[in-house]
Amino acid sequence: MEKRKTLGLALGLAVLLAMPWLMETFGSSSALSLASRILVYSIAAASLNLVLGYGGMISLGHAAFFGMGGYAVGILYAHNGGDPFLGLIPGSNHLLVTLPAAMLLGGAVAALIGALSLRTSGVQFIMITLAFAQMLFFFFVSLKAYGGEDGIIIRRPNEFFGLNLRDRTTVWYVVLGFWLAFMLVLWRVIGSSFGAVLKGMKQNERRMAAMGLAPYRYKLYAFILSGMGAGLAGALMANLMRFTSPDMLHWTKSATLMTMVILGGVGTFFGPLLGAAAYLILETWLGGLTEYWQFWLGLILLAVVLGTKGGLVALVAGLWARLTGGARP
Amino acid sequence: MSDRVLDVRGLVKRFGGLTATDHVTLDLQRGEIHALIGPNGAGKSTLINQLCGELAPDEGEVRIMGRDVTGLGVPERVGLGLGRTFQITSLLTEMTVAENIALAVQARRGGNFRLFDRLRGRKEVWAEVGSLLQGSGLATRAGIRVSGLSHGEKKQLELLVALAGKPAFLLLDEPMAGLGHSESQEMVQVLKRIAQEVPMLLVEHDMEAVFALASRISVLVYGRIIATGSVEEIRNHPEVREAYLGQEDELC
Repeated sequence: MEKRKTLGLALGLAVLLAMPWLMETFGSSSALSLASRILVYSIAAASLNLVLGYGGMISLGHAAFFGMGGYAVGILYAHNGGDPFLGLIPGSNHLLVTLPAAMLLGGAVAALIGALSLRTSGVQFIMITLAFAQMLFFFFVSLKAYGGEDGIIIRRPNEFFGLNLRDRTTVWYVVLGFWLAFMLVLWRVIGSSFGAVLKGMKQNERRMAAMGLAPYRYKLYAFILSGMGAGLAGALMANLMRFTSPDMLHWTKSATLMTMVILGGVGTFFGPLLGAAAYLILETWLGGLTEYWQFWLGLILLAVVLGTKGGLVALVAGLWARLTGGARP
Repeated sequence: MSDRVLDVRGLVKRFGGLTATDHVTLDLQRGEIHALIGPNGAGKSTLINQLCGELAPDEGEVRIMGRDVTGLGVPERVGLGLGRTFQITSLLTEMTVAENIALAVQARRGGNFRLFDRLRGRKEVWAEVGSLLQGSGLATRAGIRVSGLSHGEKKQLELLVALAGKPAFLLLDEPMAGLGHSESQEMVQVLKRIAQEVPMLLVEHDMEAVFALASRISVLVYGRIIATGSVEEIRNHPEVREAYLGQEDELC
């Protein structure tokens, strides 16, 4: 069992490392950009999965944190070499400054939204997170200083150890590095003492309270961590697209992230990656075939949810077990 | 320090026109099993929920170890020494027996906000889980998920999870409910052993078990405590016989 898992991980890592070469040989050169976007989206989806899948908090407002990450990069870029932001914070064009700033902002906004919305649960929680995210969306639409609806165009990508972040291959390896670091941290968090508390909260809050653990505090902590992850993804996305706009904050982005999580497998470690990959590849492929690609995506989503118990992860795990001769899980 | 681990004075809870808890005064002292009995609808669950902090009373006060906890929630009361079991088992169903107990041990020991430790590597937690499981009926079932346990096993796990919190006293809400005769008798033995160290307030329908265990019994009818006394006193109390026991003739 362990052996097969290690083999699978090694194979996966090899594919990721060889991606630029694979894409050049078998795909088109734009496919590598798509692969980078998949990794970035999977960070956002995995962050949502931390609260949704592991913690049982169904947030429909994660676009807020994703978008805040994007705006952190955009606003710092706009002030780079000019007036400081709010007269206090100097602008920056360094990835090692903008990424932590984006995570901090994502976490802070998550703390604010979480502190209020976690007083509710169930449908109310879904609606309140959605409402807060939409408030931010409309705020940035009307914020003419930073482009309003048009957003901020980032003409020069962030500096990162003198690397050329316009080059697709370089971008891929930089994104891959951040992705690996993120996944490693996430892995540790899930196996930690806090991870166990979080999983407990999803299953039975009443029992957790009877153990002496106040649900609100622990759920808020997870929500903030999740916001930081989504902020990181937003900042990487802004660098990838060299653009940030209210579009990143729109509620459909929240729904996209949730779709990725469900498609890939709720509460699984690699589910969000598979979900993000499937979603973006289908979007690109179906989008090239028909204008109504969302209809077909909906059908596929339905088939996956109904046909595989546990999303694409369960499907892949089953195939992998069959391939390597082990028993099906 | 007084001998009272739990002290309830003049507790009142009204739901609209219904007085579900009517000036209840009772206490739990060190070394005793205090049983709370009463017919269906007497307000036992409502009372238990107020004692553990899930429901706020309209009047009166609850003290744990002499400290007023009336305004505190469940986790704070647990921190002060309360441990409870649920009538309808309430466990972490996707986790194993050992993981359920481990989480309760961890909750007590602290470090619940740690992000980068390994729970599997916390030896002191797992050692405690092992010693709790040892000698219990679940010793061979440590790796089984709760969803795969029988009803009787879940009841036992409820108790182990409560004990993992090293409580100063236990609130047991019908620990025998749904158990077969022999399972019930086993549970009586287990509770007897635990009671040597941990006092308990026992809400129970199984009269045989109550009479076998209790050092004191209080009878709750329509939200009021109509009598408190020893097993013998309660057996012979005319009002109790009429209100509760007489109808079912369970004493004979």
